[in-house]
Amino acid sequence: MEATVKIFRFNPETDQKPHFETYTMPVESTDRVLDLLEYIKGNFDGTLSFRRSCAHGICGSDAMRINGRNYLACKALVKDVGLKIKVEPVLGLKVIKDLIVDMDPFFEHFRSVMPYFVNDEPPPAKERLQTIEERERFDDTTKCILCACCTTSCPSFWANQEYLGPAAMVNAHRFIFDSRDRAAAERLRILNDQFGVFRCHTIFNCTIACPREIEITQAIGELKNAISTGALE
Amino acid sequence: MKNHQYDVVVVGAGGAGLMAALYASKTANIAVLSKLYPTRSHTGTAQGGVGAALANDEEDHWEWHAFDTVKGSDYLGDQDAIDFMCEEAIAAVYELEHYGLPFSRTAEGKIAQRPFGGHTNNITKKPVRRACYAADRTGHMILQTLYQQCLKNHVNFFDEFQVVDLLVNNGTVAGVVATEIGTGEMHVFHTKAVIIATGGHGRIWDVTSNAYAYTGDGIAVAMRRGVPMEDMEFFQFHPTGIYKLGILITEGVRGEGGVLINSEGERFMERYAPTVKDLASRDVTSRAMYLEMKEGRSINGKGYLYLDVRPEVVNKYAALDGRKNLDGTPYVVTGEQILAKLPDIVDFARTYLGVDPVTQPMPVQPTAHYTMGGIPTNRFGEVVIDEKNTVMPGLYSAGECACVSVHGANRLGTNSLLDIIVFGKYAGLRAAEYALGSAYQPLPADPADYARAQFDAIRNAKGSENIITVAKEMKVVMMDKVGMFRTGEGMAEALQKVRELRQRYKEIQLTDQGKIFNTDLFNIWELGNMLELAEMITIAAHARTESRGAHARDDYPKRDDANWLKHSLAWVRENGQIDLGYKPVVILKHQPKERVY
Ligand SMILES: Cc1cc2nc3c(=O)[nH]c(=O)nc-3n(C[C@H](O)[C@H](O)[C@H](O)COP(=O)(O)OP(=O)(O)OC[C@H]3O[C@@H](n4cnc5c(N)ncnc54)[C@H](O)[C@@H]3O)c2cc1C
Ligand code: FES
Repeated sequence: MEATVKIFRFNPETDQKPHFETYTMPVESTDRVLDLLEYIKGNFDGTLSFRRSCAHGICGSDAMRINGRNYLACKALVKDVGLKIKVEPVLGLKVIKDLIVDMDPFFEHFRSVMPYFVNDEPPPAKERLQTIEERERFDDTTKCILCACCTTSCPSFWANQEYLGPAAMVNAHRFIFDSRDRAAAERLRILNDQFGVFRCHTIFNCTIACPREIEITQAIGELKNAISTGALE
Repeated sequence: MKNHQYDVVVVGAGGAGLMAALYASKTANIAVLSKLYPTRSHTGTAQGGVGAALANDEEDHWEWHAFDTVKGSDYLGDQDAIDFMCEEAIAAVYELEHYGLPFSRTAEGKIAQRPFGGHTNNITKKPVRRACYAADRTGHMILQTLYQQCLKNHVNFFDEFQVVDLLVNNGTVAGVVATEIGTGEMHVFHTKAVIIATGGHGRIWDVTSNAYAYTGDGIAVAMRRGVPMEDMEFFQFHPTGIYKLGILITEGVRGEGGVLINSEGERFMERYAPTVKDLASRDVTSRAMYLEMKEGRSINGKGYLYLDVRPEVVNKYAALDGRKNLDGTPYVVTGEQILAKLPDIVDFARTYLGVDPVTQPMPVQPTAHYTMGGIPTNRFGEVVIDEKNTVMPGLYSAGECACVSVHGANRLGTNSLLDIIVFGKYAGLRAAEYALGSAYQPLPADPADYARAQFDAIRNAKGSENIITVAKEMKVVMMDKVGMFRTGEGMAEALQKVRELRQRYKEIQLTDQGKIFNTDLFNIWELGNMLELAEMITIAAHARTESRGAHARDDYPKRDDANWLKHSLAWVRENGQIDLGYKPVVILKHQPKERVY
C-alpha cells in the first residue's frame, strides 16, 4: 500500500510564508500517522519538525490537524484516516515551525483556573476518605493530557484566543467536583468571566476531538449549571 | 548565550524531578529544566500502580514489601536503601493523596490496591494487594498532581530546555549548560547543586515500551564528566508489550486475573512459577515467554503469545486457583468491571491491535522497559563516585536514571513510581540543604565550550550515513545480543557492531542547519548518547559471567554469589576507554537464597 501525505511546511528562518509538500511512501494499515512523519523526516527531509514522545496517546505532544480534524498523530492510524493524508498544525495557536505551534497561550489559560488541589485543613494521618461515587463524579476529567486537541478545534477559541477554552475548563472541573477540594467557589468565579464558560456555544467539536474521549461539552455544561444554580450537583 | 543563577537546578520534570523540585523549593531558589513540557514526561505513561504496604484490604507490612523487593532484585539491591524506601512508601503515598491525587477507592473510601508481580504475603506466599492505583493511569495522575502542586508553589520552569553538559570545578558541581530548543540558544545555569532526574534509555532496544525521549541524556552528560555508572548491564524486559509495537500492557491486567497463554491453549506460567503463576517477577515471566516461543509454542508461529483477560478466562483460572474476594466469596469479574479497572488498556488494544480485550485475547511479546542501572547514589540522592561511595559535592540524582540501588538486577512493578517519589523527595531536601550551606563554584571562562564542540561536530559532519539506519542497526543488535538472553559470543559481536556504529555515527549528515526547533540536531545528539551507553552496557554485561535477574546468560545460566554478588561501576576515561570496577552489595537481614515464585 502507498500513502500520499501532504504536509504543511513553514520554516521561519528561510520561508516568507507557509506551503505544502507532498510525500509518497509505502505504508501498512496499522501504521500511525506519527510513523509516517518519522519516515519522512528520516528518509526525505530531516528538517520536518514536530513534537512527539510517548507514541501511544498519553503524553499529549503531537496534536495536529489530520484531514481537517484534530488528532494525536500517534493515535491516528492509516486505516482510520485513509491513504490520502493532509497534515497541518492545529488552529488558533501561532505556528513556530512546520507542525509545531506556540503552546504558551494554551498553558496560560490552563494555569489561570487554579488547576491544583486546594484544601488547607490539616490532613488526617492517613488518606482523606472519599467514596467510590464521589471519586467517580470527576473521573472523566482526570484523564486530560493537555494535548490541546479540544481547545484548538473550538470555533469560539478561533474567534477569540482570550477565551479560556475547553481544556482549561476540563481541568477546573476536575477540582471543582472533587469532594476533597475547597476552592470550587473561587474557580467558578474565574470561569464566570467574560472569557469563561459562557463563551461555549455547545458546538461539540471538543468532545469529538478529544483523544481521551472525555465528555467535554457535558463537563462544561455542568460548570455552567454550577455557576447558574450555585450548587455542585 | 544567556546566564542564570539558582541555588539548585533540577534537570528533568518527571515524577522524580517534580518531587525534588517541590521539596527543594521550600527553602532554596531553584529552576527546573526539562526537554519536554513537564506533563509530557514518561511518568505519565505508568499504568498499574505505586507500591506501599498500606494494608487497606488485607494484612501487609513494609518489611514484607522490603523482602519482596530484595528477592525481586535477585539479591543485588542494597538492603539499607530498600528498607528505607519501603518504610517511607506509606507516608509518601499518603502525601500524594494529600496533594489531591485521585486514587481509585475501596468500598470504605480508602486508597484502592491491587496485586502485582512479585508482591506477596510473606507467610502464605500468595499475591498481596499492595499496588495503590488510580485506574490504569496511576503515573498520569502522579505526574499531573506533582506538576499542579509545583504550579501552586510557583516553581520556576524552563520548559523545552535540553541540558547538554554538566559543569564541574575541582570535583564540585558548578552548573549546567542547556539549549533552549525553541531558539537554539545556549544557556548557562550557574548553580550550587544539580539534581539529575532525566529518566531511562529504553530506546536503545528495538521493541520498547519507552518514549522517544528515553535516550539516556542525563547519564551520558554525567559520565562524560567522569561520573561512573552503576549496574548498567541490568535492563528490564517487561513481559507484556503489544506485539511489534512494544506499547506496554500493565501487569495490572494479570493482577486483575489475566493469564498468559501459549499456542496449545496452556496457561504455561504454572510450570515456571507454581505458587504465584502469572504474577511472578518480570525477569522470570519474560524468560518463560521467551522459552515457550523458542520451543515452538508461540501463537501462529509468530513472535507472540496471548495475554487473555476475557471474563470467562479470568473466572475459569480464578476458580482453579481458588482466588477469593476479600469477603471470602469466589473472585468473579464481568466485562464491565474489566473496562472500569483497565480503561486505557482496553483503548490501546482497540486502537493499536484492533482487538477488544473483553472478547479477544491480546497478542503480546516482551518489551524493553526499565533502566535498573545508572548514576550511583546513596539513599539521600547524593551521587557517589567510587567503590568507597565517596559523595560528589553538589551532584544529586533520582528516578530511573539513578541507581540507589533498590532494584538491583530486576525491578518489581510499582517500585519505580515509589522510587521517584521517595528518592525525589530526599534528593530535593538534601540538595537544598547543601546549596544553602555552600558557595558557588567559579565557572570556567567559556562554560559552554564543550557543549558547543559536540554540536559543532554534528553540524559540520560530512558523510552519507543516515540517522535512521544507524539507530536501527543499534536497536536490532542490542535486542538480539544484549537483550533478554545473552551469550559471551553474542555480546562480543554486539560490542564490535556498536563500536563500528560509533564510527559511522560521525558521518551522519545533518539536514537541518537552522536554530529554531532543530529536532534533527537533537535527534543525532541523542543517538550519540545511546551509542555511548550501548557500548558501556555491553561491556558491563560481557564482564558479568553469571545469570542474575534481568541479566540472563546461556553460557553462565546460574547465579554466582561467590564471585558476582557485587555492583559494577563503569567509567568512561578521557580517551574513550571504558573501565570497570565493583563495589559490595549492602546485605542486612536477608541472606541470598534461591529464588522460587
Ligand atoms: C509504559 C510504562 C508503564 C509503567 N508503569 C509503571 C507502574 O505501573 N509502576 C511503576 O512503579 N513504574 C512504572 N513504570 C516506570 C516508571 O513510570 C518510570 O520509571 C518513572 O516514571 C520514571 O520517572 P522519572 O521521573 O525518573 O523520569 P521521567 O518521568 O521520564 O522524566 C524524565 C524527565 O527528564 C527530562 N529530560 C530528559 N532528558 C533531558 C535533558 N537532556 N535535558 C532536560 N530534561 C531532560 C524529560 O523531559 C522528563 O521531564 C512504567 C514505565 C513505562 C514506560
Ligand atoms: S506522542 Fe505522546 S501523545 Fe502522541
